Amino acid sequence: MTSQHQQYRELSREEQVLARIEKARSRKAKLKEERITLSHGSGGKATQTLIEAVFLEAFANPLLAPLEDGAVLAAHGGRLAFTTDSYVVSPLFFPGGDIGDLAVNGTVNDLAVSGARPLWLSAGFILEEGFPVADLERIVGSMAAAAERAGVQVVTGDTKVVQRGKADGCYVNTAGVGVIERPLELGVAAARPGDAVIVSGPIGEHGITIMLARGELDIESEVTSDTAPLNGLVERLLDAAPGVRGLRDATRGGVATICNEVARAAGVAVVVDEEAVPVRPDVRGACELLGIDPLYVACEGRLVAIVDGDQVDAAMGALRSHPLGEGAAVIGRVRDDPPGLVLLKTSFGGTRIVDLLVGDPLPRIC
Amino acid sequence: MCLGIPGEVVEILDDRPDLAKVDVSGVRRAINIGLLENEKLEPGDWVLIHVGFALSKIDEEEAKAALDFLEGIGQAYADELAALADSRIE
Amino acid sequence: MRFVDEFRDADKAQALAAQIAALCEPGRQYKFMEVCGGHTHTIYKHGLEDYLPESITLVHGPGCPVCVIPMGRVDDAIFIARQPDVIMTSFGDMMRVPGSNGAFFDANAQDADIRMVYSPLDSLKIARQNPDKRVVFMAIGFETTAPSSAMTVLRAKADGIENFSIFCNHVTIIPAIKAILDSPDLRLDGFIGPGHVSTVIGCRPYEFIARDYGKPIVCAGFEPLDLLQSIYMLMLQLAEGRSEVENQYSRVVPWDGNLKALQVINEVMELRPYFEWRGLGFISHSALRVRESYAAFDAEQQFLVPGVRVADPKACQCGEVLKGVLKPWECKVFGTACTPETPIGTCMVSPEGACAAYYNFGRFTRERVKEATRT
Repeated sequence: MTSQHQQYRELSREEQVLARIEKARSRKAKLKEERITLSHGSGGKATQTLIEAVFLEAFANPLLAPLEDGAVLAAHGGRLAFTTDSYVVSPLFFPGGDIGDLAVNGTVNDLAVSGARPLWLSAGFILEEGFPVADLERIVGSMAAAAERAGVQVVTGDTKVVQRGKADGCYVNTAGVGVIERPLELGVAAARPGDAVIVSGPIGEHGITIMLARGELDIESEVTSDTAPLNGLVERLLDAAPGVRGLRDATRGGVATICNEVARAAGVAVVVDEEAVPVRPDVRGACELLGIDPLYVACEGRLVAIVDGDQVDAAMGALRSHPLGEGAAVIGRVRDDPPGLVLLKTSFGGTRIVDLLVGDPLPRIC
Repeated sequence: MCLGIPGEVVEILDDRPDLAKVDVSGVRRAINIGLLENEKLEPGDWVLIHVGFALSKIDEEEAKAALDFLEGIGQAYADELAALADSRIE
Repeated sequence: MRFVDEFRDADKAQALAAQIAALCEPGRQYKFMEVCGGHTHTIYKHGLEDYLPESITLVHGPGCPVCVIPMGRVDDAIFIARQPDVIMTSFGDMMRVPGSNGAFFDANAQDADIRMVYSPLDSLKIARQNPDKRVVFMAIGFETTAPSSAMTVLRAKADGIENFSIFCNHVTIIPAIKAILDSPDLRLDGFIGPGHVSTVIGCRPYEFIARDYGKPIVCAGFEPLDLLQSIYMLMLQLAEGRSEVENQYSRVVPWDGNLKALQVINEVMELRPYFEWRGLGFISHSALRVRESYAAFDAEQQFLVPGVRVADPKACQCGEVLKGVLKPWECKVFGTACTPETPIGTCMVSPEGACAAYYNFGRFTRERVKEATRT
């Protein structure tokens, strides 16, 4: 047999293996675990599988299907955005905020990135028997202040108390409704080659704050959470740049996860320039020490915007003119190939694929 | 294996001579320096940190030598590129 | 960051890459193994292979201490964690490594209390705070990490902490390298030596590689320029017909290592007659256990550990992949029995392992990826 023949046979065998993997990959998501693990709540691959295999399977409907941060509902000739989120952060109080700020800002932000003006919130509390009333008052005070700052009202609520040991002090759920007044169809699936990827400020501050505030790592720092309501910033951005295609707030899973969602939803490649990604030095220090990648660390007051390449200057000008967008940066571009993939041009000058994580980024020793 | 990060010693703790406070790009942690007891660490020294222990004192001279080597190779490369560019002009 | 950013300079990388390319003999293929998983991480994180010519291939070695822990040891650890009043502590990396019946995370989802710590000393703190619990530290790692575990045991003894022990899974790098060197089908031209292990053991233990096997080895640092420089030093050795132990990482690695660290290991631990490595099988004298004199701090003596042995499926060819003899897709179980969700061999456990990387991204050729980032 000639070597050419051998080479051909070898190639085809490799291709067969790749085809088999592709087939497995495209199979419907199936939850393998018999029990829920922490990874299912991390925003990464495990969360995606859980959503697809359990929730989408049961609730399937066209309003849910886009899996954006909020659903867009037609009502009486107008459009509403509707969203919900639960907050289970530990510790409840941390540098830069507490569970109350998070619960209001998080839902406000989900509405804002849906293109809506946030108006009304609900607040549900699950309290553990024995939880100090003073702490609850402090949390509720933060919620009231955050609601005022964001220009929303908490208009309905619910309280449940569970036995001692059945909850971690206090959990909060908020749902929110906002009106969509602009004739805009926002969605990251609309991303197309040539678009710019913009982040509204330095990344990873909230996630690192929480990790360090738990005290288990014994690391001291001045990092504080970036929790903030983004509706004002989004208003300014959309006024200046109607070519915004989609917005996401970069919470669980961080900017890397958002970029993967964009690449998959739109069938495009997202190419991120590591050098351009804003990260505070102390956030970077903590990340280096713990062996985690800031691209995967959560923010609570940062958004990722996919913007028509021709409107980058307008968008950046608008973002930077707002106090919450002073640190905005163009971190990457959308390209056509390879579809579904996020690539990082590293500061060192190399290239790497940025995949979804299975679960939360964990401190490494190796 | 073995994530190791350079940090600067900022303080040797008086009550615990086997511990030093180390700064890594603005975040600080107490690190066990018992494996470097012969090095007589002082604030301003740099150490390699692994799982909360200082494993090695960083040798500034050796670091400089490594950088000089890289600088040299970089310079030679830049000169070569410049020469190439010149030769094209002619 | 000092001692970090200087060694990530793209301009200098280009210059080094040109020097490396100039040393390549036309028509010759070069294969170097980076022994250490930390190096694999650096190569991946910075996209270092973009700087190497086609004729140089890096083979990812066995030095990921998490990935080489066999399933049976994970099962044993979970068994200990399930005993009454036990808190187990572990480095984050270990939490997702699968045993035959799930990983630590899955055990937590049932009834175990396995907590992540940054340092073994943090486990000691947990033991102090929970005097009515038995705290067991899942000790893993090569010689880099073993001194920290040993120091923690010494501290526990000095402070009279009786509810603390370690489940010792420390492994030693030299026997693993030797196992690879002794395989008849080896096709490696040299080794990128594990820099951080060398801070402890020094450079002398590698001398046999150069002397007896005629392969060059360069102890390398963990920044991308460290690695490129080490590859350059290997290429230079080959070009000049030398095979020596060289130390690129002299800013951190003393030639003789850290004597105090070696003493501490030797005080608390001794070599096991043999130990099983995931994918590589049993390797003699390749791991450490706690000495009899510290039995009170040895989880294997404090608990009736079942000593589970879960055989690697015969078809797993991890060893061949590690040695660079087989490509991931040539392994018999690749993509069928062995996938990133159900990994069998070490190359599939870590997302940076050769098999996991190929499974996830093998369909995208390097050229296609590079093309996309071209501006």
